[in-house]
Amino acid sequence: MTAGTREVVTIMVNGEPVMTSAGTLAELVAERGLADAKVATARNGTFVAERDRAGTMLFFDDHIEIVSPRHGG
Amino acid sequence: MNAPEPTAKAKSALTLYGDALPSRMLIGTAQYPSPQVLAKAVEASGAGIVTVSLRREQARGRTGERFLELIGALGVRVLPNTAGCHTVKEAVTTAQMAREVFGTDWIKLEVIANDDTLQPEVFGLVEAAGILNADGFKVLPYTTEDLSVAERLLGSGCKVLMPWGAPIGTGRGLANPYALKSMRAYYPGIPLIVDAGIGAPSHAAQAMELGFDGVLLNTAVAKAGDPVRMAEAFARAIDAGRLAYESGLMGVRDMAEPSTPVAGTPFFDLDR
Repeated sequence: MTAGTREVVTIMVNGEPVMTSAGTLAELVAERGLADAKVATARNGTFVAERDRAGTMLFFDDHIEIVSPRHGG
Repeated sequence: MNAPEPTAKAKSALTLYGDALPSRMLIGTAQYPSPQVLAKAVEASGAGIVTVSLRREQARGRTGERFLELIGALGVRVLPNTAGCHTVKEAVTTAQMAREVFGTDWIKLEVIANDDTLQPEVFGLVEAAGILNADGFKVLPYTTEDLSVAERLLGSGCKVLMPWGAPIGTGRGLANPYALKSMRAYYPGIPLIVDAGIGAPSHAAQAMELGFDGVLLNTAVAKAGDPVRMAEAFARAIDAGRLAYESGLMGVRDMAEPSTPVAGTPFFDLDR
């Protein structure tokens, strides 16, 4: 399933509602311009490894986190 | 005597999870006035470990990559945290994301109970530590000085404990030195690092004089008037405290005792 053949759904990405035609988590990451970025992902609170993003389907009201390195204490 | 005789082992570098480190200071990377000051402060501290975090990346953002480049240039080990996590699931997932992005299985495990005190939620902490240890992580738990919690953390596989000095960001120093001293005495062979609440170099020196193996701090350096010089001040205080512990501190007395010999005192008179 690829973008363009799928209906647009609303999901939550980093706490914000996002309308997307991405069918998989890998497509969503690419859609946001982060395909080659140092990011990590989670779907509905569960870690999704980079190698598993292409096989992770997205559904209405999924909660996605896309995070990257930051300062910390 | 408050401390054991100095030994070769006590004088060796801090070793955590089999990794020999150049310093007993661990330093955070948040809240500095600029990336340049952060880099100089870390260098001045001599720390071999810096703490880092994960935060949400915006679409087409490159904030994470820029930060990784900055940290990579420091040539130190990174210790990702799970700051802000309030549940076991949040903490475990954050640790797994951190392992992938930072390429390390070390994790500073925080499960927070309360936003005002930022105190450890120790029940969730123990559960999360068990999950992560079983998953191959090397867990450094931010905990309290409670020995029953410490027992559970060690039982779950943790090889290092990081009790708080005081709540995160307060700069109040060691709020319960008696309990920390008890913890040190109870676990003579476990690396113990005071994490959080340190405000001044004297606080860090006190922790080291109690026999703690290291100190982790952030705000006290980052928010100093001159963070680079403050980092050096902390490094010296930590070295001084450790040297004092290894040298054996004198015992405390209730009454005065002259240091100058009494025998031969001029004008001495038994009737005085």
